Amino acid sequence: MEQSRILPEIDQSKGMEFGLYTLGDHLPNPHTGKRISAQQRIKEIIETAVLAEEAGLDTFQIGESHQDSFISQAHMIILSAIAQATDSIKLSSGATIISTSDPVRVFEDAATIDLISNGRIKIVAGRASRIGLFDLLGYDLNDYEGLFEEKFDLLLKINENEIVNWSGEYRPSLKNAHIIPRPDHPKGGLPIWRAVGGSYASAQKAGRIGVPMYQAHLGGPASEFKKPIDLYKETASAAGYQQNDLRIATAGFFFTDENKMDAFRAYYPHVNEGMKRTNGQGFPKQAFAHGQDYRSVINVGDPELIIEKILYQHELFGHHRYIAQLDFGGVPMEDIKRNIHIIGEKILPAIKKYTKK
Amino acid sequence: MNILVLSGSNVGNKTAIASKSVFDAIKNRYGAEHNIQFIDLKEKEMQFSDGRNYLDYTGDTKEVTQQIMDADILFFGTPIFQASIPASLKNLFDLLPQNALRNKTSSILTTAGSNMHFLVPEQQLKPILGYMKANVVPNYVYILDTDFDKDTIYNDDIHFRIQKLVEDTLILARAYKEIQRQEEEAYGF
Repeated sequence: MEQSRILPEIDQSKGMEFGLYTLGDHLPNPHTGKRISAQQRIKEIIETAVLAEEAGLDTFQIGESHQDSFISQAHMIILSAIAQATDSIKLSSGATIISTSDPVRVFEDAATIDLISNGRIKIVAGRASRIGLFDLLGYDLNDYEGLFEEKFDLLLKINENEIVNWSGEYRPSLKNAHIIPRPDHPKGGLPIWRAVGGSYASAQKAGRIGVPMYQAHLGGPASEFKKPIDLYKETASAAGYQQNDLRIATAGFFFTDENKMDAFRAYYPHVNEGMKRTNGQGFPKQAFAHGQDYRSVINVGDPELIIEKILYQHELFGHHRYIAQLDFGGVPMEDIKRNIHIIGEKILPAIKKYTKK
Repeated sequence: MNILVLSGSNVGNKTAIASKSVFDAIKNRYGAEHNIQFIDLKEKEMQFSDGRNYLDYTGDTKEVTQQIMDADILFFGTPIFQASIPASLKNLFDLLPQNALRNKTSSILTTAGSNMHFLVPEQQLKPILGYMKANVVPNYVYILDTDFDKDTIYNDDIHFRIQKLVEDTLILARAYKEIQRQEEEAYGF
């Protein structure tokens, strides 16, 4: 049997965890056409994390992005500021683009935040959906797959060994390298998740090495996203990992309002315009409208609909953590606050009640 | 609506001539109502697709892909090479997102050396357009070498068929857009 990885501590007797994530996009509010300053956006992200903690949410996560219309290039530094501003909420990067980073530096940064935050940080490592950062940081796009796999492996090795001997293709060798500081964790490392964007091969690789899997969704029937999760579980089993040692998180669009249609009216322009600018294609209105059906993976609607959807998704995926993206595309702070309030008052208690084991 | 006529060959001139007559036919009939553009891939320096998001390309590659993404109606002109579409046109599809042609109406005209290849657009091009979610006009115009004389289409029947293709394409596109608009209004957000 394979030894288990350093796992995120998720107390299932309290039910599924619920968190927020932001990609740090910096886009105009399509309802007003206005964009806040980069400084205000960063400060509002920190404030959002504080509010999430006050409302009892479990996690807060920030992704790294180096393209136009984003402010999250130095996502670890924002996480560090959040670590200082909060006391109990778990923090995570998500995703850290490990392909174009030095795993030693990523570990050093995250381990430092772990010490600042009293053991609250985790890393979600991914490989970037847009590729401008390869030119920016001096990497060859032809090495896209190789860079990710090698650096992700090295990050795991550093995480599980204080003294590292390693050699590879994309980074100078490490000879008896003493990688410090070590996180305040019994095993001396951090929980490290593999980000999976819907690729079966990527889910399979996460299973093969028994790391927790973080799966992001855009839209479509929830049942479609069960397939890579099943493949992850099967592959991990075949590789000798215990099902009990697997951790699954899912993430996607979320927006709530007491009035169901107000939620759709408010969020659709943010998502549609935001996707156009960051991805080159809007979000089909039909697919968004199908979000009113419990089978669609988009968690938009009144609290009752969202509770029904998340519980249905939990039944399908058996995930341990759900992470909501409610600030995409220039959502104003007042809407973010109202969402967090409704999550804390209505959604979170119901989700916890029905998923605790 | 944004209408784009694209000649998909990077060699020869018959596909460009045929595509240009489609462009002229649209201009004559619908010019005032729509924004109509013409692209000849022969005049563009296109990169090979490497899987990146189309927004991350530069130069002609970015310009051409952006024009396709912005179009509501697309006319693809293609020659037949080795019983299929040319590499230049396939590369263009490879440069685009998987659902790039969603909600767009697409139409085909083909230039070929022989009638033996009549089903090539049906069996080679339509599956790609369908996979990319285009609404494809069922019929297409198939033009032979013998229909050309120097840089014009000599066979007058071809012009007649092109006019019908343009009409069929606009009917499908306008009907689809209107009903899609009504459906989206009914969503209530």
